[in-house]
Amino acid sequence: MSILDWTYIMVGVTFTLYISIAWISMVKTTKGFYVAGGGVGPLANGMATAADWMSAASFISMAGLISFMGYTGSIYLLGWTGGYVLLALLLAPYLRKFGKFTVPDFVGDRYYSNTARFIALVCAIFVSFTYVAGQMRGVGIVFSRFLEVDVNTGVLIGMALVFLYAALGGMKGITYTQVAQYTVLIIAYLVPAVAISLKITGTPVPQLGFGGAIAEGADSGKYLLDILNQLNIDLGFAEYTKAYPEGGKSMLDVFCITMALMVGTAGLPHVIVRFYTVPNVRGARLSAGYALLFIAFLYTTAPAIASFSRYNMINTISNVPYNQAPSWFKNWEKTGLIAWVDKNHNGFINYRPGNAFSGKPEFTGETGSYGQLIVANTLSDTENELYIDRDIMVLANPEIAQLPNWVIALVAAGGLAAALSTASGLLLVISSSISHDLYYRLINRNASEKQRLLLGRIMIGVAVCIAGYFGINPPGFVAQVVAFAFGLAASSFFPVLVLGIFSKRTNREGAICGMTAGILFTIFYIVNIKFFGGTAWLLGISAEGIGTVGMLINLFVTVSVSRLTAPPPPEVQEMVEIIRYPRGAGAR
Amino acid sequence: MGDNTSAAEYWKANIRLVIGCLVVWLFVSYGCGILFADALNGIRLGGYKLGFWFAQQGSIYTFVGLIFFYAIRMNKLDRKFNVDEK
Repeated sequence: MSILDWTYIMVGVTFTLYISIAWISMVKTTKGFYVAGGGVGPLANGMATAADWMSAASFISMAGLISFMGYTGSIYLLGWTGGYVLLALLLAPYLRKFGKFTVPDFVGDRYYSNTARFIALVCAIFVSFTYVAGQMRGVGIVFSRFLEVDVNTGVLIGMALVFLYAALGGMKGITYTQVAQYTVLIIAYLVPAVAISLKITGTPVPQLGFGGAIAEGADSGKYLLDILNQLNIDLGFAEYTKAYPEGGKSMLDVFCITMALMVGTAGLPHVIVRFYTVPNVRGARLSAGYALLFIAFLYTTAPAIASFSRYNMINTISNVPYNQAPSWFKNWEKTGLIAWVDKNHNGFINYRPGNAFSGKPEFTGETGSYGQLIVANTLSDTENELYIDRDIMVLANPEIAQLPNWVIALVAAGGLAAALSTASGLLLVISSSISHDLYYRLINRNASEKQRLLLGRIMIGVAVCIAGYFGINPPGFVAQVVAFAFGLAASSFFPVLVLGIFSKRTNREGAICGMTAGILFTIFYIVNIKFFGGTAWLLGISAEGIGTVGMLINLFVTVSVSRLTAPPPPEVQEMVEIIRYPRGAGAR
Repeated sequence: MGDNTSAAEYWKANIRLVIGCLVVWLFVSYGCGILFADALNGIRLGGYKLGFWFAQQGSIYTFVGLIFFYAIRMNKLDRKFNVDEK
C-alpha cells in the first residue's frame, strides 16, 4: 500500500476513536464540563496532562531544533520538564484542595478581589489564544504534507473535530480523548526512534544508543557523540556537546531562558487546570509524577533523535554530489523544506555554517543543470549551499531510515494527536475563563447550571472559530508570540500562586501591584525586541528569557507591597490554612 | 486536625521536604546542566560528556524521581500527622 493509503487509514482510525470516546463521555453538569467531575484517576490524568502539554511543536519541531543547536538545545529539554517539579511541589496539591474550577478562581478568591480575578482572566485568555493558533496551524501543516489536502482544508477538518469532542464531552471528553492521543503520539514518536537507534548503534533503546558506539561503517566502535563532534568541527560548526560555544547563547541567557520556560510551564492555565480533575490531593501529587514520566519518554528520546538525525544528515548529504543524493532529499525539496544552491558550481552539496540565502526558499519553477529546483532568494556570502528546515528531522526521519510506509503514516497520526490534544485543552481554558470566570463570577452570579453549560459549549465554538481563523491566516508574529506565552505565564501567575499558598501575609494590594509590574515589564521588554528591533539591553537576556526577570520583579513587588499594607482579612487567612492540609474542610 | 501544634509541625515538615527537593532540582539542572556544564564535560559517562548528559538526559530522570519521592513522602507525612483524606 502507498504512504497515502496508509495515512488515510491511520488518521481515519484514530479520529473515529477520539469521537467515540467523546460520545461515551458526554457531560451534563458544569463540574463535569470544567473539571471532569474531579473523578479522573492519577494515572489517566497524568497521561492526559502529558498529551495536553506536548504540542505540535514538541512532537514535530523540538528534536530538529536541538539537532541544529547541540548542547544549547537543552534549554527546551530542561525548561519544558523542570516546571513539573515546581507544579508538583508548590502548586498542584494545594490548588486541588482549594477545589474550584480555574486559575482566575483561585486568584480572585485568595486575593478577595475582582480586579485580581480580571487581570488573571485576561492573562489566561491571552496566553491560551497565543498557543492555540499555533496548534491549528500545526494540524493544517500535517494534513497538507501527509494527506495532500490544502492547509486551510486541514485546519477546517481539525476545527470541526476539536469542536465536536470538546463541546460534547467538556473536560471529561477531552481528558479521555487525550489519554488515547497520548498513546498514539508516543508510539508514533518511539517506533522510528527505536528503528534508527538500532540501525546506527545496534541498541533498541535510543537513550542508550545516544551515548553508545556506532555499530557499522568506517566509524564503527567509536562513540556517536565523539564522531558527531568531529563532523561538526570538520564542517566549521561548534562541537555538538560543547556548552556555550562562541557566537552562541551566553550562560546567563541559557539560565534565564530555562528558568522562564520552567516557571512559565508551572504557570500555564491549561496545565494547572489538569490538577483540578483528580479526585484528591494524594492523586494530584502522584498525577504530576505520572505526567512527567510520560512526558520524559518523549523528552529523553528527542535529544537522541536529534543526534541520530544530524549524524545521518551529514553522512548522507554533506559533500555528496546532488545527483547522488538520497530520494528523501528530492521528495522534501518539492515541499520547500530543503533547497540547494550550487554556489561554487561543482555539483556537490556543501553544508557549512550560516544561511545559504535569506528567508524561506521561493522556487522560480526552473531546474538547474543537476535537476535541482532554482530559488529566487538573495544568496548570502557564506559558503553554505544547503537550506534545511528544522522540522524535517522528525518528519523525514522514517524515510531517512528507510522504514516501511505505515511508519510514515503513523508519524502523521502522531503529529495530529499532539496538535489536537493541546488545542482541545487550551480551548477549554478559554471557554471556562469566559463562561465561568467572566460571565458567572463577574457578570451574572444567578446564572443557572444549564445556562452556564450552554454558554460553555457556545464559547468553545467561538474559540474554535477564532483559533481556526488564526490557523488559516497566521499573523506574521506567531513565532514571536510564543515568547509572550511563557514570559507572561511566568511573570503573572506563578509568584502570586505560590505566595498565595506559602505566605498568608500576601494580600490583595501586593498581588495586584506585583502582577501588574511583572506583566508590564515583560511586555515592554519583549515588544521592544520583537516588534521594534530593540536590543536585549538587560545583560543581553533574550526575549525568551526575560520572563525570569519579570517573575522576580513580580515577587519583589508583591512581597514588599504586602508588607506595607494591611494583612488579608481573617477568613482569607483561614482559607490559606485549610488548603495546606489535605483532609476535607468538614473534618476540621 | 488534632491540634494546632501538630498542624504547625506538619507544615514545617512539608516545607523542609519541599526545600530539600528544590535544592536537588536546582543542583542537577542549573548546577550540573548549566553552571558547571563546561567543567563536567571533562568527565565521561560512556559516550556522553557528563555536563551534556545532565543537560539532555540526567536532569529529566532526576525530575521524575523527585516528584515520586516527594509524593510518597508527603502521603506518609499526611498519615503520620493524621491529616490524610479519609
